[in-house]
Amino acid sequence: MFDKKELENIKKNRKDWEKNNYNTHVKKHPERKTKFENLSSNEIKNLFTPEDIAHLDYLKDIGFPGEFPFLRGVHPTLYRGRLWTFRQFSGFGSAEETNQRYKYLLDHGETGLSVAFDYPTLYGYDTDHPMSRGEFGKCGVAISSLQDMEILFSDIPIDKVTTSMTINGPAAIVWGFYIANAENRGVDRRIIGGTIQNDILKEYIAQKSWIFPPEPSMRLIVDTFEFGFKEIPRWNTISISGYHIREAGSTAVQELAFTVGDGVEYVKWAMKRGLDIDKFAPRLSFFFNAHNDFFEEIAKYRAARRIWAKELKKLGAKKPRSMLMRFHTQTAGCSLTAQQPEINIARVTMQGLAAVLGGTQSLHTNSMDEALALPSEKAVRIALRTQQIIAEESGVTSTVDPLGGSYYIEWLTDKMEEETYKYWDRVEQLGGVLPAIEKGFYQREIANAAYKYQKEIDENKRIIVGVNDYQLDEPIDIPILKMDEKGEERQINRLKKLRKDRNKQKYERNLERLRKAAEGDENLMPFILDCVHSYATLGETCQVLRDVFGEYEEPAIY
Amino acid sequence: MERKIRVLVAKPGLDGHDRGAKIVARALRDAGMEVIYTGLHQTAEMVVEAAIQEDVDVVGLSLLSGAHMTLFVDVAKLLKKKGMSDVLIVGGGIIPEEDVPKLKKEGISAVFGPGTPCDEISDYIKKKVKR
Repeated sequence: MFDKKELENIKKNRKDWEKNNYNTHVKKHPERKTKFENLSSNEIKNLFTPEDIAHLDYLKDIGFPGEFPFLRGVHPTLYRGRLWTFRQFSGFGSAEETNQRYKYLLDHGETGLSVAFDYPTLYGYDTDHPMSRGEFGKCGVAISSLQDMEILFSDIPIDKVTTSMTINGPAAIVWGFYIANAENRGVDRRIIGGTIQNDILKEYIAQKSWIFPPEPSMRLIVDTFEFGFKEIPRWNTISISGYHIREAGSTAVQELAFTVGDGVEYVKWAMKRGLDIDKFAPRLSFFFNAHNDFFEEIAKYRAARRIWAKELKKLGAKKPRSMLMRFHTQTAGCSLTAQQPEINIARVTMQGLAAVLGGTQSLHTNSMDEALALPSEKAVRIALRTQQIIAEESGVTSTVDPLGGSYYIEWLTDKMEEETYKYWDRVEQLGGVLPAIEKGFYQREIANAAYKYQKEIDENKRIIVGVNDYQLDEPIDIPILKMDEKGEERQINRLKKLRKDRNKQKYERNLERLRKAAEGDENLMPFILDCVHSYATLGETCQVLRDVFGEYEEPAIY
Repeated sequence: MERKIRVLVAKPGLDGHDRGAKIVARALRDAGMEVIYTGLHQTAEMVVEAAIQEDVDVVGLSLLSGAHMTLFVDVAKLLKKKGMSDVLIVGGGIIPEEDVPKLKKEGISAVFGPGTPCDEISDYIKKKVKR
């Protein structure tokens, strides 16, 4: 990127600086640590200069926003045109309670919705199933049928606001609820917009809310890709997620490598089905974590975009739209402290800023009280305001990719890309993504990284403010969200009534058709939609698929 | 030779957050204990069955989903019913302060929240399990 002669000159001057200035200074005033490392254990040297990015070709490796390789961003104007979507992940108790929370958030300037489902829903169980015991509405909203979905979105303009749904194993069915609800409200399915997470690979790897084994799961996912670009063209049919991989304890490099690797795996499966890459790839989206190491996170997002663009091109994509990586970001839940919870606001601010400087399309900022419980109304409002401050006051939105060209950032972006490919080689040696999951490769890598991180904290090698330094001995005084205790009873009664009132013949026939189709190889989405429309519940519909597909069992590794 | 302290680390319910449970399992093992990890998605019956089969001194429960008031208590009650009241029960996860006294009343001897150093957990267990 630099003139050869000038580079020689810089090199020489740097050496002089080190000898005459830096070294003598360090002798008198030693640095705080003998070695500085980021969260992925990469050594970070004292100073980055043009030498560190001399090998880069600006036009080829960095380029312009909105153009291949999309390192600097997916849009030519980025936030000068439109801000990212303020999208707070939210859901608890019954559909009624969560519906109130959504309206509250929209009233306070949220621009997109994001549904958190409770554990029974994530596993495809109805609220009255024995496995649901104790879990109703606890870490998300309980949605057992189309009826619950109707309540969840009542009085919310689903033709205008987009909705992201964190659902994986039963994603096709829950998406069916959303589509059916839109149709029943007279909203054209071709205009509804949103995202289903639908990323089963990271469930096996990290998040662990799976239902079916890999093969049928991948089939269902490809079914949604196909149905999506044909019928629901504004929907992102997957959100390939690193978030949970990171929360489970991975490093930033692992998050990057495993997630983008999963993305490539989905593309391959869809192509194997015979789908046109330029039809489905534009609807693939991503989801990353924003953890504590500010520059490492920014480099991670940038590297992710460039790797994705290059890989999609290699896989045969022709349209730029297929190669550009759009992603959502959530600040790191695992970085929040239960101690002095208010200081989490500062953490979240920096993490959110990293996501924005990394060019995210949408952002969730965590609430300060989330190491204690689900967020209270006030806590979530402050978290939303944090985004609004970054957007409106900080000035970082005025230019695209403001850190592009930074010697450190470009070096680190490159480094992370390089390490990603090293991980991919290891996965390849194990036989690919699914065999690597079966062999526990990812799980072990993550568990090792998580243990190392915890040890560093326990041994005070890594300081977490309020936890192993700067502690304060005072009672935690923060209001905790109270849920409606009658919620579960109400939900179970509603389910009972639904089971009694619906047209038995119709939903049973539709479930039977779904069973037949699942045994064959047709796209299951139309069959699922029929079941959903006739008010077959989530549990009943999932049970049919459980019968045909079986259930996944994981090897427990620690 | 003295028998090692035997610990069952268990994930009751549907919660998939296993980072903490796995770290604690490994830390207890490194602290010289015999650790059995149940894996995910255990019912209270499965946890108690494993505790009996493995003849453990300690059951460590981990939940981040908020279902602890139901599922921790289920395990504690069932252990008692099966005559295992001498087993030390400890818990961890996302547990609001105000739930801790209620859990203690039900027989969960200690609750370790986020930020707890692993040594604190192993020291506690060593102190409590007398042999």
